[in-house]
Amino acid sequence: MIRVEGLRKSFNGAEVLRGVDFEISEGETVVIIGRSGGGKSVLLKHLCALLKPDAGKVLVDGIDVVPLGEGELPPIRKKFGFLFQGAALFDSLTLFDNVAFPLREERRPESEIEQRVMEMLGLVDLTKARDKKPAELSGGMRKRAGLARACVARPKYMLYDEPTTGLDPIRADNINELILRMRDHLQVTGVAVTHDMTSAYKIADRIALLHDGRIYAVGTPAEIQGSTDPVVQQFIHGISDAKVKGEVPHGAAANN
Amino acid sequence: MSALVARFGEYVLGQLTQLGQLLLLFFDIARTTITHRPRWSVTIEQLYKIGWQSQAVVLITGAFTGMVFAVQTFHQFHKVKMDTAVGPVVSVAMARELAPVLTALMVAGRVGAAIAAELGTMKVTEQLDALRSMGTSPVNYLAVPRFLALLVALPLLTAESMAFGIFAGYVVAVQMLGVDQAYFLKHMFDFTDVKDVGSGLVKAVFFAMFIALVSCHKGFTAGEGAEGVGRATTQAVVVSSLTVLIANFFIAVLFNAIIPP
Repeated sequence: MIRVEGLRKSFNGAEVLRGVDFEISEGETVVIIGRSGGGKSVLLKHLCALLKPDAGKVLVDGIDVVPLGEGELPPIRKKFGFLFQGAALFDSLTLFDNVAFPLREERRPESEIEQRVMEMLGLVDLTKARDKKPAELSGGMRKRAGLARACVARPKYMLYDEPTTGLDPIRADNINELILRMRDHLQVTGVAVTHDMTSAYKIADRIALLHDGRIYAVGTPAEIQGSTDPVVQQFIHGISDAKVKGEVPHGAAANN
Repeated sequence: MSALVARFGEYVLGQLTQLGQLLLLFFDIARTTITHRPRWSVTIEQLYKIGWQSQAVVLITGAFTGMVFAVQTFHQFHKVKMDTAVGPVVSVAMARELAPVLTALMVAGRVGAAIAAELGTMKVTEQLDALRSMGTSPVNYLAVPRFLALLVALPLLTAESMAFGIFAGYVVAVQMLGVDQAYFLKHMFDFTDVKDVGSGLVKAVFFAMFIALVSCHKGFTAGEGAEGVGRATTQAVVVSSLTVLIANFFIAVLFNAIIPP
């Protein structure tokens, strides 16, 4: 279980997180939605201690990771798989070596590495691309490869940073299906941040709206869709601030 | 006036912070080198990129420096009928100063820029975060192999540069300018000591540490986007080159105090 208590974080004097509190139970997938630049990715990076908060606690299986030093964090971080927004594949390594990286770090036998990497590449339909470098892959292929690398060490928790951003709807749905397949196949607890509502409804057990540096609303996809709160409605229906304030003429709003 | 003082204070604080970060990186690299298993394959790959692939540029620099030094000193010594002094002057200058400093400057430009650009790009594309998220220290995986490779490669490149510079000076002096071969060699061996070569090689070890530290630090702390990587790369070359030149003076003074020439 992951619990976040009173998390605060500022960058250059601008407070991005202003006291975030929420909890993720075992086996569920929570999707954090919110505006671009609202601190969703920052929050995600705090969960596996890639960032240190200014205040607050992040409890992973009951251990507060905030006071831990870099030397004490690897065992905690190995509980996580992280799909980065741009996949963050290592340019100098082939696709196979990228996916094999976490296993080689654990000094697994090469026979086991070969078997597990090929299994993961099979799950993301990239078996034929095993010897390609990341620069030779399309955006969708890189995301799938990133997903394979994040899952190969069978983490307990999966973190997805904008898993469908920059992909066409078909490839985005493909990634959503993969996330669900990984969840069912590996029984992982997942946290995803996105502003893609189609993706959020598809993969989430619960959705949390990060607004103004805090968790503003939490609920199942049905509860969020049925919410009458104007902030929730504005976000899930993608209504601009100008339209909310009535500054845009009615006809213009209809066209947009 | 107070704004000026405040800006100066900010600048000084910024420089001290960077110095502190460099020292912390050095201690982190030293600690990691001792406590973690060496990544031989990555280190050898870096040794190839840093050492082997820098040879051409270093050898050309060394050879032409030796040649021009022979030409210039010959014309001065010729006026006082001391043509054969060209040999020891070229060899001592190459061993003590020219080979270590020029090799370090060429390597700072070629390798320092490449290290800062590579690590900086890895930072802005979240590859460093990806390493950390998998429980791997970027210092262990990236900085230590580059540090060790430079520590081995730069003294070897310096030795090559010395040899090529002295040989090129010999060819110019003896074959082109007509200096007596036997006296050139005799005086060169009489006046060039092991400590001259040794001090050049020890300097190269220090320069390697400076170039590796500065370049890795600039890469790890690169700002966002292509502009951030570009700035980190430029700073890596400028700061490592200046560090080499400034440190060279202090190391030379220290060596002369410990082992008088």
